[in-house]
Formats: sequence, C-alpha cells, structure tokens
Amino acid sequence: MSEQIDQALARKYDAGFVSEVESETFPIGLDEDVIARLSAIKGEPEWMLEWRLKAYRTWLKMEEPDWAHVDYPKVDYQSISYYSAPKSMKDKPKSLDEVDPELLRTYEKLGIPLHEQEMLAGVAVDAVFDSVSVVTTFREKLEEAGVIFCPISEALHKYPDLVKKYLGTVVPRGDNFFAALNSAVFTDGSFVYIPKGVRCPMELSTYFRINEQNTGQFERTLIVAEEGSHVSYLEGCTAPQRDENQLHAAVVELVALDDAEIKYSTVQNWYPGDENGKGGIYNFVTKRGLCEKNAKISWTQVETGSAVTWKYPSCILKGDNSVGEFYSVALTRGRQQADTGTKMIHLGKNTKSTIISKGISAGRSNNAYRGLVRMGPGAEGARNFTECDSLLIGDQCGAHTFPYIESSNPTAIVEHEATTSKVSDDQLFLCRQRGLDPEKAVSMIVNGFCKEVFRELPMEFAVEAGKLLEISLEGSVG
Amino acid sequence: MLSIKDLHARVEETTILKGLNLEIKPGEVHAIMGPNGAGKSTLGYVLSGRDGYEVESGSVEMDGKDLLDMEVEERAQAGLFLAFQYPVEIPGVSNMEFMKESVNALREARGENTLSSAEFLKKAKEACKQVELPLDFLKRGVNEGFSGGEKKRNEIMQLIMLEPKIAILDESDSGLDVDALQVVAKGVNSQRDGERSFIVVTHYQRLLDYIQPDYVHILSKGKIVKSGGPELAKEVEASGYAWLAEAEAEGADA
Repeated sequence: MSEQIDQALARKYDAGFVSEVESETFPIGLDEDVIARLSAIKGEPEWMLEWRLKAYRTWLKMEEPDWAHVDYPKVDYQSISYYSAPKSMKDKPKSLDEVDPELLRTYEKLGIPLHEQEMLAGVAVDAVFDSVSVVTTFREKLEEAGVIFCPISEALHKYPDLVKKYLGTVVPRGDNFFAALNSAVFTDGSFVYIPKGVRCPMELSTYFRINEQNTGQFERTLIVAEEGSHVSYLEGCTAPQRDENQLHAAVVELVALDDAEIKYSTVQNWYPGDENGKGGIYNFVTKRGLCEKNAKISWTQVETGSAVTWKYPSCILKGDNSVGEFYSVALTRGRQQADTGTKMIHLGKNTKSTIISKGISAGRSNNAYRGLVRMGPGAEGARNFTECDSLLIGDQCGAHTFPYIESSNPTAIVEHEATTSKVSDDQLFLCRQRGLDPEKAVSMIVNGFCKEVFRELPMEFAVEAGKLLEISLEGSVG
Repeated sequence: MLSIKDLHARVEETTILKGLNLEIKPGEVHAIMGPNGAGKSTLGYVLSGRDGYEVESGSVEMDGKDLLDMEVEERAQAGLFLAFQYPVEIPGVSNMEFMKESVNALREARGENTLSSAEFLKKAKEACKQVELPLDFLKRGVNEGFSGGEKKRNEIMQLIMLEPKIAILDESDSGLDVDALQVVAKGVNSQRDGERSFIVVTHYQRLLDYIQPDYVHILSKGKIVKSGGPELAKEVEASGYAWLAEAEAEGADA
C-alpha cells in the first residue's frame, strides 16, 4: 500500500492563481529610508515611525533562529520588496462600489464574496491584499455594538491611543528575529477592540492574500478584549503558485482583560510549493496572547499550506484562574516542513491549559510539534494537559515531538500524552472493501484523527477545514 | 454467481491456495471448514483483492465478470462483501459516517441516488435493532473500544446495510458466546432471500447449527478435499480434522 501512497503526489492548489492588478510596489531592499517611506505612505504618527526604527535597529543586531526542525536556504532580506499595494487602493475607496472589480473577483474566486448580502450571515471580513486592507464588511453593524474592527493602518489614525497602549505589549519589538522585522515593516492587518462586557455580535475574520511577486507580507493583528467581553476571530490565508519562495512574517497580539474570552482560529493555506519543494511561502509567525484574571484565550489552527512553517501561538496566563487552549492540525505533504506548537506560560494561581496537537505527515514531508509548558513559582495549583498525536501516511515522511516542561511550583500538575500512528493497511483495506476509493478512505481516516480539533472551529469553518484537508490529500494515495 | 477455477494464490513467497475450485449459485450458502492454516482466511482476502495476496493462476468470475481484474473497491461495488475476522478500529470516524459513506459509495456505483441523512438513519436504526446493538453505536468510532462480540455484530450490521450479492463471513463465530452467536446467525439468516449468496468460513461446526448451509466443503492445504451437504459438518464435529492427515497419507501411498 505504501508504494501506492507514494505515487502520484501531484498536488492541486486551488488558490494558486494570480490577479492582474496594477500595483505600486517598492523597489527591493530594506533600510531606514524604506521604513520612513512606508510610514509616510500610511500617514502614520511620528511615534509609530520611531517605534518602527527602533525595531529595525534591534533587528539588525539579531540573528535568524536556526533551532527549528526545518531546513531552507537563508532568506536574502535585501531582495524582498517591503510594500506593495494595488494602485486602485491609493484613493482609499469609500465603499465597495469604488473598489477595483478585479480585487473583488479575486476574493470571489477564493470563495469569499465581499458583498455583505452574499456573505455568510454573521461573519464580518477584513480583506487584506498584499500590503493593504481592501475592505472591511459589516462595520456599521459592529459599531452599533461598540466593536471596532478595522485595518490597523486605519486604527493608527482613528484610535492612536488604543493602539499605542497595547501594541508591542504582548510581543515586544525585540521579541525574536521575525517579530522585530515585522515591527519594523508591518504594513497592514486587523485591529479589533471589544468594549467592556460586550459579546461581539458576529464572527470576525481577516482574509490575507499575497499576490505580488518578490514581496513579503508582514501583517500585524492586535485584538483587545476589555473586561468581560467575548470575541471569536478567524483568519484565512492563500497565495498564488510561484516558483520563488515568499516570506510571510506576521505578528498577532491578543489581550484578554479580566473575565474576557478570545477565540482565535486560523485556516492557513499558503501556497506550499510543488512536489519537488520549489516555491512556496515561508510562514514565520509570532502569535501570543495575554490572559488577565479569569480570562480565556483559545487558539485553533488548521495548517495545510506553506513550504516552511515556524509558528507557536502561545498564552501567557498571568491572571489567576485564567485558561489557555491550543488546538492544532498541521498537515504536511510533498516537501513541506512544519515546526509548530505552542507555549503555555503559567504565572497565576489555578491557571489551566490544554494542548491538543494533531500532526499529519505524507509524502516526503517533515512535521514537528514543539511545545513549552512553564509553571512559574506563583502558579499554585496550575494544570496542563497535553496530547500530541502524529499520523504518518506512507513511509518517507517524518513526525517529531519536542515537548519542553519547566516547573517551578510543586503544586502544579503537567500531563503529557503522545502517540504516533500510521494510516494502516488494515484501515485502508476495510474502507475499500466497503466500497470507498483510497483517497476518500484516507481523507475519512485523517478527518477522524483531527476531529477533536475540528470541533473547536466555528461551524462554517469546520466544514471549510474538512474540505481543505480533502483537497490537500488529493493524490496522496495512488 | 461466483465461479472459482483452479485458483492458486500466495502470500509473499508461500503459496497458500493450490488449485481451489468452487461454484456458487444465487441464494446458496456454502460453508468452508478446515483446520488452521488450510487457507480459509486467505480465500476471503484473495476474493476481495487485498494487497499482498497474489494470484498465481486460475480464474474467478462473478456474474460473468473477471473479479481478479477489479480493484478492491470495485469488487465491493460489484456486490462482494467480506465480514472480517478481526475488524480494525478507525478512531474518530463514527460508525454512522463510515456506513453512510459506504452505503452511498455503493449506491453511486450502481447509478442510484445517494440516501439522505434521514433515509440513512432509518435504515441504520433498523439494522442496529436486528443485531441487537444499542443506537448509540452509530455515534461511536468505528470499532473503537468495541468488545470482540460487538465488533462481530457490527460486521453483520454492515452486511445488512450494504446488501451485497455475495457475503464472505470470515470466522464470524470466533470468540462469541452462544447468545452472541445466535444474534450473528439471526442477522445473517435475515439476509437470506434466495438471491444473496454466502460463503461461511468457520473452524467449528457450531455456527452451522444456526446458519444452515446448502453445501459444506473441507479445505485442506489450499484445496477443497471433500464436499457434501450439512451432514459433512457433523462428521467433522465428531471426528475432528485428524482424518485429513490420514486421508492424505493414504493418498500419498496410493
């Protein structure tokens, strides 16, 4: 059976088209002038430029990390363009009617119509195309509830105090190499603010699209949930099929104040490169949330794309009784490499965290879970439960688990369970004997394996994630 | 319906079936008995097309079509069903999902409409009842944490749901107590409609007390060495399989 699985690894990537949009793109290269220009185009306040420059200077002194279980040629940061935006966006269209129809078509082709009446009811979308936000839907409805959902570039104008107060508080400028780079050159992303006691009336989502060649995408997302508020947010990502690698280095910061709850879901389907490992996105992302008293942050991710993924959505459980969750499905195939996991930093008393990680490796890919659970001295009665399962399809792929546990409090309890299994010949044979073709069989087995994570996704997206997995597995069995 | 001619098959380097012949007409129930290692399970795997079971020579036709030329799923779609001796678990996939996919895959292959969830559920509930499994079985993962008896009953439930033309029961009685055995037999008997054929593979005669075969064949060393009516099974029960060795020794002498 494994021979059959190894055959026919031709992958279909539905989102691989290029949109013909005239863009204004910076020449390649990075220096302080480029950052100043970028800041000027966005019309940013003085302090923001200073902030960026400080980050840039820190970054210059840093080294690219090499501890992850991934292997890729070093990125030449001077051969990337750090800003690209469709020209039509220059005049800042005021309504959807003024937006370049080609841009709207792009999102439609991706299955994300931006006309509100055509959209999934109850989901507001911020559509980010290369370095700018194209449109944010349902804003009025959200404003009625006091919820702010807008591009972060706009938030810098409209709500500078809020942005200034929280930006960089969870992921500091010099946190790591990629976060520092992002802090220097981030272009757009979403800003979400949920006022005290408000339950956000709809799902919020941002859809990131890289289109232009030789550009990097550096988005920055900041979500602030005031005391007792509640929000569910989802991001999706795709990019055209190109032979060159492209860099995506995002930073996401979540702030959950007392009794607040943030649910953050990701369906990542960046172009993964072809079966020989040519092209694809380098996905180097820093995501972290801070929980105050009784707050809860839940990360759910379905990672099927990117050539290389380096990503550890984390929770700092600062407040007593706060809760952190991490649910992850990472699927690699072809020559994809993923090193992903989480960090749960328990500082407060009776803090709780749950980690459920499902890694699926097919083809000649490598999939690593890397997770840290740290129980600080003050984490009286804290608990963690980690379950880390790997599923192998075929015999040329790899699954690796790197759990790190540090406990400075004797009352804290840490549990770790790990399993590795294969899609067995017995399982495939049973399914086929009942009339299912091998691809359907594998996709059903894999979906079953991921069930615990899928049920954490908002319903509309659970279906999408299942479908995505099906497409990703197409051709993985011969 | 099924015509097996001079079938030779091997697993890895070992030839297991060495010239097996069998004719099965619609509605007939054939029991295949034999000692351990005779090739009973191999026959089921070869017929269903499992990887690793290689046909060396001979032919198998089902409804006039070359069965050996078909993929595993095509044979299933053509109406061949195998009830497993050791059903495997598929964690996280509910019995319901699994069976719905199967039923609809078979229906699609036959050019029929797929069943709606409601239609499917109705059918599944009835099948559950027939093999005396509680309804929450449908929600549980395929064979996940099932007892041996539950797994076997689950196989029969799938048989009922999938309505094959021919069902091969691979030691569906092994490891069952008398009560469970009766349930399994009752489920199987309910599917005997004069059209559907069965190959009942068993080591022991007791299953045949509950599922009356039309023919009994004794398989030894990859060949059918004796065929007869239900009385042959009684003979085996009385004398065991030791006489096979004797018969063989005589054959060698002759």
